[in-house]
Amino acid sequence: MIDPAFLTDTIGQLLGGLPLTLSLSAISILAGGVLALALALLRRSSGIGSLFVRAYVFVFRGSPLLVQIFLIYYGLSQFPALRHSVLWPFLRQPYWCAVLALALNTAAYASEIIRGGLIAVPSGMIEAGRALGLSPFRLFRLIVLPLAVRQALPAYGNEIVIMVKSTALASIITLMEITGIAHQIIGDTFRSFEVFLCAGAIYLALNSLIARGVWLIERRLSPIV
Amino acid sequence: MMGLPSLALTGFGPTGWGAQLLWAAGMTVAVSVTAFAIGLAIGGLGAWAKLSGGRVAGWLATAYTTVLRGVPDLLVIYLFYFGGSQVLTSIGRWMGHDGFVGLNGFTAGALAVAVVSGAYQTEVIRGAVGAVSRGQGEAGRTLGLSRWRVLRHVLAPQILRAALPGMGNVWQLVVKESALISVTGLVELLRQVSVAAGSTREPFLFYVTGAALYLVITSMSGALFQAAERHSRRGWTAAR
Repeated sequence: MIDPAFLTDTIGQLLGGLPLTLSLSAISILAGGVLALALALLRRSSGIGSLFVRAYVFVFRGSPLLVQIFLIYYGLSQFPALRHSVLWPFLRQPYWCAVLALALNTAAYASEIIRGGLIAVPSGMIEAGRALGLSPFRLFRLIVLPLAVRQALPAYGNEIVIMVKSTALASIITLMEITGIAHQIIGDTFRSFEVFLCAGAIYLALNSLIARGVWLIERRLSPIV
Repeated sequence: MMGLPSLALTGFGPTGWGAQLLWAAGMTVAVSVTAFAIGLAIGGLGAWAKLSGGRVAGWLATAYTTVLRGVPDLLVIYLFYFGGSQVLTSIGRWMGHDGFVGLNGFTAGALAVAVVSGAYQTEVIRGAVGAVSRGQGEAGRTLGLSRWRVLRHVLAPQILRAALPGMGNVWQLVVKESALISVTGLVELLRQVSVAAGSTREPFLFYVTGAALYLVITSMSGALFQAAERHSRRGWTAAR
């Protein structure tokens, strides 16, 4: 039934897609994280900024990621102005379209996670910081941000795992990451179950490493009680 | 070029794609409801296995939720779409039918999304059961209610109240995941939008329209879930 030679061969081929999966994940999580922090701070402001962030989060969380990818990959190239701009060398490549869509998408989810973390910072801590005469920037940098990060970390860990899984959608716009290669092998051999087993094992290993890493950081950031 | 003429493309006129888009949106809702319903049943079974099934059942349920929540949904759809046809073909051969038997996109896609959502649903239901105190069931039995009536009148309403917010999240997930079923060729919303985008050469217009229709579906059903939550909480917050 199960053919070990086929399994090891398949794992080997699939691992060829690992660097692409990792780079898609890493760049979009980093860029999305920076954007998410900016969005979370803007959401706390009053007026138009907060309204913009709420609309942004509504749109990106309410529609499928694949639609967002298609909109950027197929939709943007329709505009001649964009095709003649400095952005075109990037946006003509499926890789950067996928990164852009993934980053914009995760920023919406992560901004809500960070917002939750910021809300959870006890007001007494902020007052204490003010009483010590810290400037608003140092107050944020030394007191608010570390506490918020600690609070938001478990949820953020989940979001990172979801992002790694989401990079699979990049295969639909021709990027041969792990799932793209898996699809190709299934098409060639019709052995969908074995290929699923191998690809699934790689994703599971990757995600449990991430979960473990987040857990270690959580432990490091927890005060000794 | 974007302009007023292109807006007629998404309307219901002779050149418009409005009717097809609405039909496809209906297909998205249909496949999502099917997947959600099956996922709910799987989730109930999974929660039971984790809470009071034996050791083997508990272990199986843990393996199931770990794998399905850690693997890309697209891979699961490929498994059901290609693997399902494989299984059907070999069953057909065994029964004396020679040739390829394909699993259609609706069935394969709905099953795949159901199995993924069932993993999330398992955790939602398990958490909700844990949120209802043991004493509730014992009190019902003390009052002389049968086991079934305790479940029906005492436990189920309270479990549902605790589970509804989580179930609402799973529903949103199912709707968005249903877009991936377009890879099987099923003409749901995303597939129809892609076809329209290709044949009119207006991809931006059609993908924006598609995104807007998904937003309509998710926000309208979100409001429905909120109404259900309010209904399930009636008289509860006041009494506390």
